[in-house]
Amino acid sequence: MPANAFNGHTDYGIGIGLRVPHYSHILSRKPVVDWFEIISENFLVGGGRPLEVLDQILEQYRVVQHGVSLYFGSTDRTDREHLRRLKALVRRTKTPWLSDHLCWGSVDGTYTHDLLPLPYTHEAARRTAAKIRQVRDYLEIPICVENVSSYAEFHLSEMTEWEFLTEVVEQADCGILLDVNNIYVSSRNHGFNPYEYLDGIPAHRVGQMHIAGHTKFEKYILDTHDHPVLDPVWQLYAHATKRCGVTATLLEWDDRIPSFQEVHAEALKANTYIAGARAASKPAPAHARRA
Amino acid sequence: MPAAPDVPRDLRSLQRLMHRALLRPLATGDRMQRRWMDGRATAEVAAGFVRPNDRLSSLERLEIYNRMYWFRLIDNFHDDNPGLRAVLGPRAFNRLAIAYLTRYPSRSFTLRDLGARLEGFIRRAPRWTAPHTALAVDIARFEWAQTVAFDAPARPVLTTAEIARADPARLRLGLQPYVTLLALRYPVDTYVIAVKQRDALRAEASNASVAARTTARVRRIARPRREPVWIAVHRVDNRLFYKRLERPAYRILAALQAGRPLPRAVAAGGRAVTPAQVQEWFALWRQLGWLCRRK
Ligand SMILES: [Fe+2]
Repeated sequence: MPANAFNGHTDYGIGIGLRVPHYSHILSRKPVVDWFEIISENFLVGGGRPLEVLDQILEQYRVVQHGVSLYFGSTDRTDREHLRRLKALVRRTKTPWLSDHLCWGSVDGTYTHDLLPLPYTHEAARRTAAKIRQVRDYLEIPICVENVSSYAEFHLSEMTEWEFLTEVVEQADCGILLDVNNIYVSSRNHGFNPYEYLDGIPAHRVGQMHIAGHTKFEKYILDTHDHPVLDPVWQLYAHATKRCGVTATLLEWDDRIPSFQEVHAEALKANTYIAGARAASKPAPAHARRA
Repeated sequence: MPAAPDVPRDLRSLQRLMHRALLRPLATGDRMQRRWMDGRATAEVAAGFVRPNDRLSSLERLEIYNRMYWFRLIDNFHDDNPGLRAVLGPRAFNRLAIAYLTRYPSRSFTLRDLGARLEGFIRRAPRWTAPHTALAVDIARFEWAQTVAFDAPARPVLTTAEIARADPARLRLGLQPYVTLLALRYPVDTYVIAVKQRDALRAEASNASVAARTTARVRRIARPRREPVWIAVHRVDNRLFYKRLERPAYRILAALQAGRPLPRAVAAGGRAVTPAQVQEWFALWRQLGWLCRRK
C-alpha cells in the first residue's frame, strides 16, 4: 500500500530534506534522489536566491512541501494571506501532498516558532480537525499531519497521544505523516510503549514517514535532528513499515549537517527495512508452501 | 476550595498561559524565573497545568520549552546580526536581544522578519547600546538591508524602448524593492566584512587545532571611526553586494525611490553634478538592473 489518497496516490520512495549546505552539490552534481522535502516557509519569499534554487531543483526533482507554521492546533485563525501565498507555492512545486504538524505555536498573532504539544482533549481534536479541513479545502491538495516530539504533558488531557492523533485525522479525514523518531522520543519522555502507539493508529492513513536522529540527556531525550538514526528508531521504522506498508520516507537532518553523500547514504538505509517488509507481505512461493 | 486563578480549563486559556510562560526571559543560569508575574512561585503555576513525571517536575518540563524558545530566537538574532554583536560584545548583545525580543516578539510566521523593528528599538531605547548607539543604528540598518537584498521581490526592469517612449518630464522610475539606500555616519560596510571574515576563520579554526583556535579568538576588530558614507545594499544574480555611492548619486536614487519624476530626481543631485556624470550613473544603474517600473 505505498500509494493512498493522502499522498496523492504516489509512490515516492526515499527522500531527503533540501538544505542550504547541500545546494551547490545538488545543483552541480545532480545526484539521483527519489524526492526532496522542502520547508515551505523558506520559499514563501518575494524573490532572490531561494526561489532561483527552488526552480532549478524543480527542473530535475520531485518535491514535497513540509511546513512548520500552519499550527493546526492554535486557536488563532488561519491567516488568509499566508494561505494565499502557500497556495501559490503549491502550484509552483506541484507537491502531491502537503504536511505540517499536529501542534500549536502561536497565540493572538505572536509566534513561538516552536512545535508545541496539544492537550489531548476532544475539544482540541475538534478544533484542530476543523482547521485541517479548512486548509485542505483552500489548498485543494491532501494534507498529512505529523506527530511532534514532546517534553511535557497536560493535566487537561483526556486520552493518549495516539488516540488523539486518530481522533483528529478521522474527523479531518486527512493523512498522517508518521514521524517514528518523534514517537520514540516522546515514548521515552513520557514512558509509553512506542509499539502500542504504532499499533493504535489508522495505518491506512499514513501517507509519509519521517526518520531522524535525536540526543539523549540525563533526564529527557531531545529531538535534535543532528545525528544518524539510532537503532531503536530503525526497529520502530521496520515495524511501522510492516504495519502501514511501504511508504514514502524522509530522513530529517537539520543541524550539524554532514556532506550530502553521508545524509543520503543514511536515508537509503531505510531500503533494508523496506525490503524486509516487502518480503514479509509477499505470499510464500508454491514450492515453499508444499514443504 | 476555589480553583487557582489561572488553571486553564480549555485550549485557548492553556495556550495563552503556556505562551506567557515561554516568552518570559530566562533567569541566571538559563533557568526559568522562580516567581510568576503575580509573585506566586512559578512552580505552582506550572503544576496547575503541566503533569510532572518520575524524573522531571512540572516546572522543569515547562522550563525545557522556555529555554528552547529563547535559545532559538537568540540564535537567529545572532546569525542575522554578526556586526552588531561585534560592536557590543557578546554580553551586551545578549542583553539587547532579550530586551528587543521581549518588546517585539515575533509577529510573523517566519523568523526572517525578526529584525524588522530593531533599528527603531535601538533609537528609542539607547541604553542597550550606549555608548555606541549611533554606530549600532547604522549597523542594524545595514544588516537588515541584507535580509531585504537576499529575498525581496524583483520587479520587471525598464527597457530602453520604454524609456525612449516615455515623456522624460513626467517619467517616474522605480527602484527595485531589494535595493536599500543607506546614508550612514560610519563606514560599516568594511567593518562588517572584516567581522564576517574573522568569524569564518574562527569557524574554520574550531574544526582545526587548539592553537589555531586561540589565535583566532584574540583578533579584535577596531570599531569604525565616524566618516559619512552612502551605500546601496543590493543583489546581482542573486548574490549580495554593497556598493558605495557618491553623495549626489545617493540623492538622485533616493529621490527616484520616493517617486519624484526624473527631472526633479536628477536635480536632487545638486548643481555640481555634470550631465555626463548623470548619464554614466544611469547607465550603470540600468546595467545593475536597479531601475524598474513603479507599482
Ligand atoms: Fe519530523
